[in-house]
Amino acid sequence: MELARLPLRHIAARFAEGIDSTLLVLILALSMLGLAALFSATYDNPGRLASQLANLGLALAAMWLVAQIPPQTMMRFAVPAYAVGLALLIAVALFGDVVNGARRWLNIGVGRFQPAEMLKLALPLMLAWYFHKNESTLRLRDFAIAALLLALPVALILRQPDLGTAALVAAVGFYVIFFAGISWKVLGVLGALGAAALPLAWGFLHDYQRRRILTLLDPTQDPLGAGYHIIQSTIAVGSGGLSGKGWLNGTQAHLEFIPERHTDFIFAVYSEEFGLIGNLALLALYTLLVARGLMIAANAATVFGRLLAGAVALMFFTYAFVNMGMVSGILPVVGVPLPFLSYGGTALLTLFIGTGILMSIQRYRKLVQS
Amino acid sequence: MRGISELRNSERELRLFQLRVGIAAIAVFVAFGLLAARFFYLQVVQHDIYSAKAEENRISIVPVAPNRGLVLDRNGVVIARNYSGYTLEIFPRRVNDVESTIDELSGLIDIQPRDRARFRKLVAETRNAESLPIRSRLSDEEVAKFAANRYRFEGVEIKARLFRQYPFGDAGAHVIGYMGRITQADQARLEEEGRYANYRGSDFTGKSGIEASYERELHGTTGFEQVEIDAAGRGIRTLSRTPSQPGNNVTLTLDMRLQQVAEIGFGARRGALVAIEPSSGGVLALVSTPGFDPNLFVDGIDPQYWAELNSSPDRPLNNRAIAGVYPPGSTFKPYMALAALEAGKRRYSSTIHDPGYFEFGGRRFRDSKKGGNGIVDLYRSIVVSSDTYYYMVANDLGIDAIASFMKHFGFGARTGIDLHGEAPGVLPSQEWKRQRFRRPEQQKWYAGETISIGIGQGYNAYTPIQLAQAVATLAAGGDMYRPRLVAHVDNARTGERRYLDPELAHQVPVRSEYLEFVKRAMAGVNKEGTGARAFAGATYTSGGKTGTAQVIGIKQGEKYIESKVEERLRDHSLFIAFAPLESPKIALAVIVENSGFGARAAAPLARTVLDYFLLGKVPASMEQPVPEDDDAEEAEND
Repeated sequence: MELARLPLRHIAARFAEGIDSTLLVLILALSMLGLAALFSATYDNPGRLASQLANLGLALAAMWLVAQIPPQTMMRFAVPAYAVGLALLIAVALFGDVVNGARRWLNIGVGRFQPAEMLKLALPLMLAWYFHKNESTLRLRDFAIAALLLALPVALILRQPDLGTAALVAAVGFYVIFFAGISWKVLGVLGALGAAALPLAWGFLHDYQRRRILTLLDPTQDPLGAGYHIIQSTIAVGSGGLSGKGWLNGTQAHLEFIPERHTDFIFAVYSEEFGLIGNLALLALYTLLVARGLMIAANAATVFGRLLAGAVALMFFTYAFVNMGMVSGILPVVGVPLPFLSYGGTALLTLFIGTGILMSIQRYRKLVQS
Repeated sequence: MRGISELRNSERELRLFQLRVGIAAIAVFVAFGLLAARFFYLQVVQHDIYSAKAEENRISIVPVAPNRGLVLDRNGVVIARNYSGYTLEIFPRRVNDVESTIDELSGLIDIQPRDRARFRKLVAETRNAESLPIRSRLSDEEVAKFAANRYRFEGVEIKARLFRQYPFGDAGAHVIGYMGRITQADQARLEEEGRYANYRGSDFTGKSGIEASYERELHGTTGFEQVEIDAAGRGIRTLSRTPSQPGNNVTLTLDMRLQQVAEIGFGARRGALVAIEPSSGGVLALVSTPGFDPNLFVDGIDPQYWAELNSSPDRPLNNRAIAGVYPPGSTFKPYMALAALEAGKRRYSSTIHDPGYFEFGGRRFRDSKKGGNGIVDLYRSIVVSSDTYYYMVANDLGIDAIASFMKHFGFGARTGIDLHGEAPGVLPSQEWKRQRFRRPEQQKWYAGETISIGIGQGYNAYTPIQLAQAVATLAAGGDMYRPRLVAHVDNARTGERRYLDPELAHQVPVRSEYLEFVKRAMAGVNKEGTGARAFAGATYTSGGKTGTAQVIGIKQGEKYIESKVEERLRDHSLFIAFAPLESPKIALAVIVENSGFGARAAAPLARTVLDYFLLGKVPASMEQPVPEDDDAEEAEND
């Protein structure tokens, strides 16, 4: 008995090593809510739920693996990952498959994937490495170089076009630069320049992108076209009321009024069935998740760890805020999934790997203390 | 030294970083707070609005069209009913290219060019219909064929629908009328009358005849289903149901067998016949030939047939019985006799010598009997139909006295029969002429114009229903009932029956003694006068009067020779009758267009109708033309 139990406990302990239980509990709780909402959204298509469960398993494994890698080792991946990501983006621009009018996918024989997704982690990794390397000699020039490193992939993603992903990648890159200590003065100047450039940017937008922004301002202008998503998802959220219509009882969801209800608009399904109470619970979970991430960043041992953890934590926040803002009608419709809840393997993988990175940084927080 | 400064430096950096983390945390908190506020606004403040919108989204009110009421004749024979059939329908808004879809469909299901033409016509004139039929009355085989290929045709569906069916075909078509799709004009009218909501599930409405005039009774009340629908508009389940109320069954006073006997009697000839029950005004038969088959209108008439109906010189869509106006000819004489008696201008014994013409103002009005009828008293004036006698009567009475008397019998005014489209006709008078014409010389009434009014010619123009109503009034001793086609209306569900009571419209102020005298004279017509040949051997008593209405005016000194006159310009043949003499059960008026003397075409037809109605005698060979009898000198004298 003793003999049999010992190695088992040992193995369990070995597996638990490096896993931050707070983060794990939070993301598992979010994933459970996601599965509940997904079950409701894909009531007539149970295959989706099974495949999401498989995605979750794979993502958990990836998280565990990443959590085992010390930040020191991660730093070594920064430049190659960034370079490969950039190369793939260029490949997409040259030979990518066009789906729904956008060239985003790269066919790699066994299947297609979106290299832009990779940049969501590769870019902060690269920038955090760059700032870490130049830790003691940071000057304005370094920030300019960092901005260039950020602008390259963002420009390529914008060209696909994929406004949502470009904005997310840019945001995550910016968080690194922000945490690296860019001066408020520079930020102010850049902000003013950016605001001035907005009309110019408008000119570069595609028609459908402009329409989405206009639609946000007045969804009733095109109730069956671009405004349809916003109108129907807002109705779903609003009709949920305080305590929701109850699990599996959402009429907007079950009668298919909500488009993309298992992916980008799963929050509408969740919100309709669980109401304000459910929404606040979800917000609380995200707040705790982001707070835990920022705490890990604050306690990180190295500049690399700090910047990367901070950026990943804020990436979770950005995903959640943009998605829920879009579904509830205060942000334009962009293709951003709700973290840990939306159906889809790629996004889940990115999020869990991000969590794994946080866990690794947390685990090695004291080791370099000297 | 260097180590310490580096350490201090990195501590400073750490503090800077932690400050920024704090700022980020505040930003996250504010942003999530913003979301929470938004959720509160949507889910608590505006919850009612969005809740209502979600309900509106999911619940669709689907109208349930009621079954249309039946139309039955006086013996309970069904003459308009519903049958359920399959139609192939196209939803124009769901189909990209309607023409190519029809091309593809025709590879599967027989679609004729006329089906296409009809479909195009429907698209052009129908209100915003969900779907329109390209083919109806699909066979079971065709239904199965389409069902197997359904996936190929988005926006095309097979629907089970109720159609109107008229088992008697073109018999009684002008009475029953026909149904048609609700056009934009119909919709506007229904909206104006506030009845459009009741038509939300209906595609058809009555267009003419009883179908139109009793539309309110027949249509029924539309029911509603609350159906939960998905975003694509597919029904998921029924939440509540308000059943439709079927339309009321309408039972006519019409005798469909009598109607058929009369119609067969006309054969291919044009004309009209109206038979009325004198004691109630109930219409027993109302014929207008040629007719049409109302079944062809049911699912949208094929444009070619429609054009034929409209352009035919026979005007088959025109209901001659209520909208055709004809001079009454000599059928006017009995009323002229009454007018003269009542005015004191003639007595029974008033006798003339008829030389065969009447001279007035240097103009000679000729009698149709060459050489005249010799000594003629009031009785004989009707029996032998003396024109000269009535030229004189008219001259003595004057036009306004004639007009004011004839008004009592309903001449020149709509009878108010329960059909749409009745014409008023013309009862000529000085006043009428003043209003009818514009130039002063035309407005003046000339005394010479009064003369031919006496024999039912001149400006006289009445509808067959007016002639029938007048003779029915005469037969009923001066009681005029408004002619009507409907006896009672029944609620099919509750069995509740509502009778439409006879409506005594007027009582003619004339001494019954005079009426009896004129009726006796009309009996004489059928016994020994112009109608004697047609009524030879009748086992019942009857009164009648022949008439011939000129289509063209014959110039003075010119003789009308039938064979020389173009067919459509030949005289119309008329006959009015009632039977039995003592207590008349039926009164009728017949006009056969361009068939010459009344005794020749109209009187035998009247005989046939009376024989069937009173004796149940079904004519053996109705299709055969009535034999020509040019040799009948007596009959020719009209």
